[in-house]
Amino acid sequence: MNRTTVWSRSGVVLCLFWLWATPTLQAQSTLEKDLQLEIELENRFFFKEGLHPGQERNYLSLGIQPELGLEWKNGDRRIQVSLFFRWDQQDNRRTHFDIRELYYQQVNDKWEWSIGFKKIFWGVTESAHLVDIINQTDQPEGFDGEQKLGQPMFQASLLTNKGTFDFFYLPYTPRRQFPGSAGRFRFPQEIERNDVSVDSDLKSWYPSFALRWSHYFGPVDVGVSNFYGVGREPLFKVDNQQVTAVYPIINQTGVDLQLTSGPMLWKFEGIYRYADFQDFTAMAVGLEYTFSNVAASGLDIGLLGEYLFDSRDDQALSNLNNDVFLGVRLAFNDTQSSELLAGTAIDLDGKGIFISAEGSRRIGDNWKMSLESRIFSGIEEDQLAFFFREDSFLLLKLSKFF
Amino acid sequence: MKYFAIIVFSISTILANAQNGSDHGLEIANNADLADNGFESSEVKLKMILRNKQGQESTRLLETKTLELVEDGDKSLIVFNSPRDVKGTATLTFTHKQGSDDQWLYLPAVNRVKRISSDNKSGPFMGSEFAYEDLSSQEIEKYSYRFVKNEQYEGHNCAVVAQDPVDPKSGYTKRLVWYNLDEDYRLEKIEFYDRKDVLLKTLTYSDYQLYLGKHWRAGTFQMVNHQTDKQTTLIFEDYAFKTGLNAEDFSQNSLKRAGR
Repeated sequence: MNRTTVWSRSGVVLCLFWLWATPTLQAQSTLEKDLQLEIELENRFFFKEGLHPGQERNYLSLGIQPELGLEWKNGDRRIQVSLFFRWDQQDNRRTHFDIRELYYQQVNDKWEWSIGFKKIFWGVTESAHLVDIINQTDQPEGFDGEQKLGQPMFQASLLTNKGTFDFFYLPYTPRRQFPGSAGRFRFPQEIERNDVSVDSDLKSWYPSFALRWSHYFGPVDVGVSNFYGVGREPLFKVDNQQVTAVYPIINQTGVDLQLTSGPMLWKFEGIYRYADFQDFTAMAVGLEYTFSNVAASGLDIGLLGEYLFDSRDDQALSNLNNDVFLGVRLAFNDTQSSELLAGTAIDLDGKGIFISAEGSRRIGDNWKMSLESRIFSGIEEDQLAFFFREDSFLLLKLSKFF
Repeated sequence: MKYFAIIVFSISTILANAQNGSDHGLEIANNADLADNGFESSEVKLKMILRNKQGQESTRLLETKTLELVEDGDKSLIVFNSPRDVKGTATLTFTHKQGSDDQWLYLPAVNRVKRISSDNKSGPFMGSEFAYEDLSSQEIEKYSYRFVKNEQYEGHNCAVVAQDPVDPKSGYTKRLVWYNLDEDYRLEKIEFYDRKDVLLKTLTYSDYQLYLGKHWRAGTFQMVNHQTDKQTTLIFEDYAFKTGLNAEDFSQNSLKRAGR
């Protein structure tokens, strides 16, 4: 399936849905509009020369994110549009466009219906997001995989006194982009997005389905989910420095749990994923303790500790197979909303240490300055991250909000 | 019914103990609570102006929705509209008369709902001079009461009641609250005393309006911190009552929809 066909198909779906939505739009006069724009300029500086030819030290880049929200019937009908454009000075694969959100939503009492591109997040832990599976990772955006691509879907959500039930039909799975030859965080040979295929004749149009039940009982929040369809994570095989990859058809069952007890949060995420060539379990257990308003200064100090297990061992894409994450979160609660999160993931088999830090502060009313650093240390040869061992970096970002 | 029982109990003890200070204080607080009963739900827009010692100002815009509950504490939803970088951040709070409140935070950048600890009572709300506990639903059970005196304040007959927070995590040893006896026990002023029992802040209420012939709401809250000389002004606009909100409007789904 080439890109043009995908876009025209999405176009047809959206036009139909626009026709359906328009009469209701006209019937209601109190339409609320909300337009906003975020522009960010960032520079990533890598401390060392890259391992692979063509890689640079400095990556200047620009991000633009316009958003439009239209709401009527007191918010029971809504159209939301969020677009994302990234330009990167060095890596032409990182220069990309994505429809983060473009959906129509309708609320009927206990039911909520959505159709279009959406972002969905599930989970509770900080150092890994195991349960979260609906959206594809926007890989060039960040090594941590926190940024996601918009996912076309039909979603129905039902609120009951036995919890919330969510059903998802996902007709198409966007494939992950990989860094270009000038990009960092890449394997020795470049991986073409289109060379990594889905393990089915339907390719990216193999439909996926997901169900989730979530509820809370006093201090306990719980979610149980099942996903069937195209795995969002490609399955890599490293053979004699050659990396090949495929998107398997998977079934994944996930559980996320949080107990909130005073200043302490206890967290658990676990998954079991089954595919033809691979089945595995992974889990993250952790806690977060917050000392709030320390010495009446407004400062909150949060301490985080998480243990990560993945039965794939060294083949875990996250590289977090038997690791401990220790972190500290500072929230100054000042006028500028200054905050800092720093942490380290330590491989308990002694195969490397990963350090990360991110901080931000508002300047005036409409600007924000962010700083981010990721550092790899002592990564052993049999780890996937061995290919990224020279990719420690410092990122400085300035954002302007309109 | 519960309130009725409390009042009957307080009246009988008052008769027995001849104006015992603690019971008279509780009686006033109960009267104030009863006077505002029955608003069912409310919605309001809020402008928060932060002013530092040098007089520099910064502004935040919020919207809040509240659902009145009788058996348990109120439910509320707060959405931040500015500053721009936190636009769409929202919180959902279920206040409980006893025990910790339940609180969820929605982060629009990652579309994530997080259950957060409601333990942080004394910390500043959005960098302002208001602590979380100053803005949360004021339930009778959260304080113990002591009547101090009756006095004239700004031309009104007021009762001054000392309130000691039950929760040891509160940032205060006590609050002194001025109830307006001429106007349905509405609040005129609160003085906050810190953990060392030193005057920390004064909150004054002004621009009162009567809604639905029963509910007094101040248009302006002015909080002055005497120890840092910082100030925060809250300006409330477009108050609406009995807006037909129900429990479904205070779910995690509605939290996500309110944010974005």
